[in-house]
Amino acid sequence: MRALDHKLMRDLWRIRGQAGAIALVVAVGVSLLIMMSGMLQSLRETRVQYYESYRLAEVFAPVTRAPARVIERVADLPGVAAAEGRIQGAALLDMPGQALPVRAIALSLPRSMEPRLNALYLKEGRFLSAGHMDEVVVLESFARAHDLALGDHLTATMQGSRRTFQIVGFAAAPEYLFTTAPGEFVPDDARFAALWMHEEALAAAFDLKGAVNEVLIELERGANAQDVLTRVDHLLDRYGGQGAYERKDSMSDRFISEEISGLVATSVVVPPIFLGVAAFLLYIVITRLVQAEREQIGLIKAFGYTDFEVALHYFKMVLVIAVVGAAMGCAIGLWGGRFMAGLYQSVYHFPFLVFRVEPSSLVTGVITSILAASAGGIFVLRGVFRLTPAVAMRPPAPMDFSRTGALNNRLRRWLDQPTRMVLRRILRNPGRIGGAVLGIAVGMGLSSAQMSVMSGFDDTLDLTFGVIDRSDVAVSFFEPMPAATAYAMAHLPGVIEVEPMRSVSAVLRNGRESYRGSVTGLVENARLNRAVRKDMSDITMPAQGIVLARALADTLNIGPGETLRVEVLDGRRPVIEVQVAEVAQTLLGAPAYMRFEGLNRALGEWGRVSAVYLRVDAAEMDALYAALKEMPTVAGVTQREDARAAMQKLMDTGAGAMRYVMAAIAGVITFGIVYNAARIAFGEQSRDLASLRVMGFTRGETSYVLLGELVVVVLLAVPLGIGIGYYLSFLIAAGFSTDLYQIPTGFRAEAFGFAGVAVLLATVISGALVRRDIDKVDLVETLKTRE
Amino acid sequence: MTEEHTFRTEGLTKTYGEGVAAVHALRGVDLDIPRGEIVVLLGPSGSGKSTLLNILGGLDRATSGDAFFESDNLTEMSDRALTRYRRDHVGFVFQFYNLMPSLTARENVELVTEIASDPLGVEEALSLVGLEERMDHFPAQMSGGEQQRVAIARAIAKNPTVLFCDEPTGALDSTTGRAVLHVLNDVNARLGATVLIVTHAAATASMAHRVIHFADGAIREVVVNETRLSPDEIEW
Ligand SMILES: Nc1ncnc2c1ncn2[C@@H]1O[C@H](COP(=O)(O)OP(=O)(O)OP(=O)(O)O)[C@@H](O)[C@H]1O
Ligand SMILES: [Mg+2]
Repeated sequence: MRALDHKLMRDLWRIRGQAGAIALVVAVGVSLLIMMSGMLQSLRETRVQYYESYRLAEVFAPVTRAPARVIERVADLPGVAAAEGRIQGAALLDMPGQALPVRAIALSLPRSMEPRLNALYLKEGRFLSAGHMDEVVVLESFARAHDLALGDHLTATMQGSRRTFQIVGFAAAPEYLFTTAPGEFVPDDARFAALWMHEEALAAAFDLKGAVNEVLIELERGANAQDVLTRVDHLLDRYGGQGAYERKDSMSDRFISEEISGLVATSVVVPPIFLGVAAFLLYIVITRLVQAEREQIGLIKAFGYTDFEVALHYFKMVLVIAVVGAAMGCAIGLWGGRFMAGLYQSVYHFPFLVFRVEPSSLVTGVITSILAASAGGIFVLRGVFRLTPAVAMRPPAPMDFSRTGALNNRLRRWLDQPTRMVLRRILRNPGRIGGAVLGIAVGMGLSSAQMSVMSGFDDTLDLTFGVIDRSDVAVSFFEPMPAATAYAMAHLPGVIEVEPMRSVSAVLRNGRESYRGSVTGLVENARLNRAVRKDMSDITMPAQGIVLARALADTLNIGPGETLRVEVLDGRRPVIEVQVAEVAQTLLGAPAYMRFEGLNRALGEWGRVSAVYLRVDAAEMDALYAALKEMPTVAGVTQREDARAAMQKLMDTGAGAMRYVMAAIAGVITFGIVYNAARIAFGEQSRDLASLRVMGFTRGETSYVLLGELVVVVLLAVPLGIGIGYYLSFLIAAGFSTDLYQIPTGFRAEAFGFAGVAVLLATVISGALVRRDIDKVDLVETLKTRE
Repeated sequence: MTEEHTFRTEGLTKTYGEGVAAVHALRGVDLDIPRGEIVVLLGPSGSGKSTLLNILGGLDRATSGDAFFESDNLTEMSDRALTRYRRDHVGFVFQFYNLMPSLTARENVELVTEIASDPLGVEEALSLVGLEERMDHFPAQMSGGEQQRVAIARAIAKNPTVLFCDEPTGALDSTTGRAVLHVLNDVNARLGATVLIVTHAAATASMAHRVIHFADGAIREVVVNETRLSPDEIEW
C-alpha cells in the first residue's frame, strides 16, 4: 500500500485549499462543541461548588420581625437541615461625585463572621472586628465598579438616618453572582450594592434588637422543598412571614440558569449544522475526485488491488481531513473555552471558574466529526466499489445528459447555447445542486437567524424603554406613601409630570401553576409607565380585574375571563381572587397590572404609593437628584437610560456575545460553501471552458457558463435561507427567552436582507476569484490531456 | 502577396522553461501556407507540430519571430484580438473531440454559429458530416467517430477561414477515420477553407496539397503533391 499512500499525500496536497477549508469547518464545529459543552459543565459545576463551599441557603424566608429563638424551631422542622437568621434592610448610599444615590442591601454578620448559611468569600481586606460598629464589608463587584479602596468611607442612609462606615473588606457572595436591585430586572454592578455589617449595628438601625427579619434554610437531602415552604410559612406567619421561596426563584440564580439554558439552546442547534456542512463539502469534493480519477481507479483495480483497498485509500483521505479538523477543533475549543471562562468569571463574579473539558467530550467531538465526515464519504465509496476496471478503462464517456432533454423544445425557442449548458448541468445533477443550495441556505439561515434574534433584542429594549416606560426617572419609597406626598413631588425642581404606582410582591396562582412576582397598580390612564397591547395601543386599567403580561399568562396557563388567585406577600397578606381582564404585550419581566385604586382597595389601604414615575426637564436633572438625595423616604432612584444601558451591556456579554460570534462564523461558512461550489464547478468544467475559449468565446462569455450555475444556486439558496432563518430564529429566540425577558420573533427584513446581501457578496467575490482562474486557464495544457 | 497566403511565419521560435531546463519546441520556423490548401504536418513525436498549430491557431504565443495570418501579425495581437481572431476565422478539431457533454449535437454546433459572423446553417454543417439524423443526440449517446464528426461540424459551421486539426483520427478506426478525412476534404473543396492537419498517419499526406515534414522544432522538408489521392484511396 505504500505507493497508494504516496498518492494519498500528493492528492491531499493537490486539493489542500479545499481540504483545508473543510478541515476548518470541521474544526469550527468541533471547537464549538467542546467549548460549549465545557462551558456548560464548568458553569454548572462552579455554581454547585460555589454554593456548597459558601453554604448558600436553599430556602429564603423573609419576615417582618421574628425573635431570634425562632431559628431553632425552624431548624427542628422536618426536612430542614440547618437554619440561620439575619437582618437585612434597604440602604441608600451617597456616592461621592455621583448625583444619584445608589441602592444597597445591608446584611448582618454574626460576631463569629461565620454564619451557618450564606457565608462570605472575603477577597481583600478583613472581616469586621469585634465591637467596631462602623465597619463594613462591601460587595467586591460594586467596589470595583466605583473604584473604592479599603479604608474608604461610605455614607449610608438606613431608615432615614445617615451614618458613615469604613470599608474594611471586599467580599463576594454566591447569592450576588448577579446584583439586581429589588424590583428591577437589570443587573448592574454599579447601581446596586451589598454591604455586610455587625448584627448589632443593623439591629439598631432597623429596630430589631434580639430579632431577625430573614430566615435562611438548608434542606435535608431528599426533602420535599414545597412541603418545607408550607411548614416554614405556617410557622412564620405570626411574625409577618412574607412567604418563603426557593433559591431557584432568587434573581441571581435565575440569571445563571438562564445563561445556562441559553448556552444549551445554542449548543444543540449550532455545532451539528457545522458538522453537517463539513460532511456535505467532503461528499462533494471526494465525489469530484473519484469521478476525475475513474481511470486511475480502474487501473489500480486492474493491477489487482481489491475494492476494499481502493475504497480504503479514498476513505483515508476523508479520515485525514476529519482528524486534522477535529484536532484543530479540540485545540481551538480548549483555547476558546479558557478565554470564555475568563469572560464568564468576570461577568458572574465567580471566585473561581475552572474551565475543564472532560476527556470524554474531546472523544465525542473527534468521533462525531469522523462520523459526520464518513457519512459524507460513504456515498462516494459506493461509487468506487461499483467501478469495474473495464468501465474505468474505456475512453472518457461524456457525461450523459440525454435524460435532461425533455425540456428541449420549450427551452430552444428562447435560450442560447451557453444558457442551455447551465440549465442542463443543473437538471443533470439536481442532487448536487440541491446540496449546494441547501448548504448555502443553512449557512445563511443561521446567520440571519442570529441577526434576527439580535435585532429582536433591540425591539425588546425599544418596547420596554421606549413604549412602555416613558418616564425619565422612577423614584421608589421605603414604605408606601400617602398619595398626597407623592403628588407633592411635582414641586421638586424640574419635575413636569408625576405618576404614582403601587406595587406589592405576591404569588400568583392558577391551579397547579404559580409564579412569584409582583402586582403593579397603575393609574387608569397611565402615561409614563403603561400597559400596551400587541399593536402598541394603550390598555386602560380596568376598574376590576387584572392585566397579565403575555409571558406571565403563558407561565400560568391562563387567559382573559379566567380567575387568578393572588397571594399578596406584603402587609396583611390578603389573598384575593381576581379575573384576568386582558393580556398585555411586554418583553422584559413578567408584570401583572391592576388599577391603582383597585389594588389599594384589595390591600385594605387607600391611596398608598410605592413609587412614582417622573417626567423631568433634563436641564434640571442635577437639582432634582440633589433634592431626592435629601429625602429620607426615598429608597431608590432609577434613570431609565441607565437601566437600558445596563440591559444592553448584559446582552452583549456571555451567551449574548456568542450570538455575534455565531453570526460571524455562519457568514464565513456560507462564503466557504459558495466558493467551494464555484471551485467545483470550475474543476468539472475547465475542459469545456477551455474548448469554449478555443472556439472564440470571450472570457466574459466563458465565465457566464460557469458562474451562471453559481448564480442559479445562489438565487435558489437565498429564499430557502430566508425560510430556514425564519424558523431557526424562533428556535434560537425560544432558547434565549425566559420570564425575565422575551425576544420577539418575526420576519425581520433587515436581518434577512443583510444575510442575503452577504451571500450575494460572497458570490461576487467567489465569482471573481474563480473568474481569475478561468482567465489563467492554459488552453493548450487543458486540451492536451484527456480529462 | 499577402492575399495569396493564409499564413506566413518568419523565424518563429517557442521555448518552454528557462536555462538548463529549457525545451526548444520550435527553433526558427519559416513557412508559407497558401490559401485554400490542405496542408499535412508530419513528424516524430515531440517535434513541435502541435506547438506550431497552437501558435497559428491563436491558442499560444511564440517566444520570438513573426506569424502572419493574412496581413495581421498574430505575435503582436492582444488576448482580446486573438479571441476575436479565433471567433471569426478559426475552426479547431482535436484528438479528443472536446464536445460539450451537456449539449446535443445540434446545440454543440449552434454554440459556434451563435457567435460567428457568417456561419453555415446548423443543419447544413451536420449534413456535411453525415449526421443530420443524429442532431438531437447528446455526446454520450454517440460513438467516438460520430463525436469527432460533430466536432468537425462544429468547427466548420462558422465557415472558418482556416481549419486546424490536431490528430483528428488518432482515436478512430480506419473506416471512421476515412470518413472524417472525407469531411475535411469536402470542407476544403466546398468552402475553400485552408485546412491544417497534424497527424502521425503518414498515409494521410497523400490527400494533401502540401506536406510539411517536421523534425526537432524545425521544417526539414516541404513536399508539394502533384497528384492528390481521395481519402478512399488512402492506405490506412
Ligand atoms: N508546456 C510545456 N512545457 C514544457 N515543454 C513542453 C510543453 N509543451 C510541449 N513541450 C515540449 O515541446 C516539444 C514539442 O511539443 P509538441 O506538443 O509540439 O510536439 P508534437 O510534435 O505535437 O508531438 P506529438 O506528435 O507527440 O503530439 C516537446 O519536446 C514537448 O516536450
Ligand atoms: Mg501533438
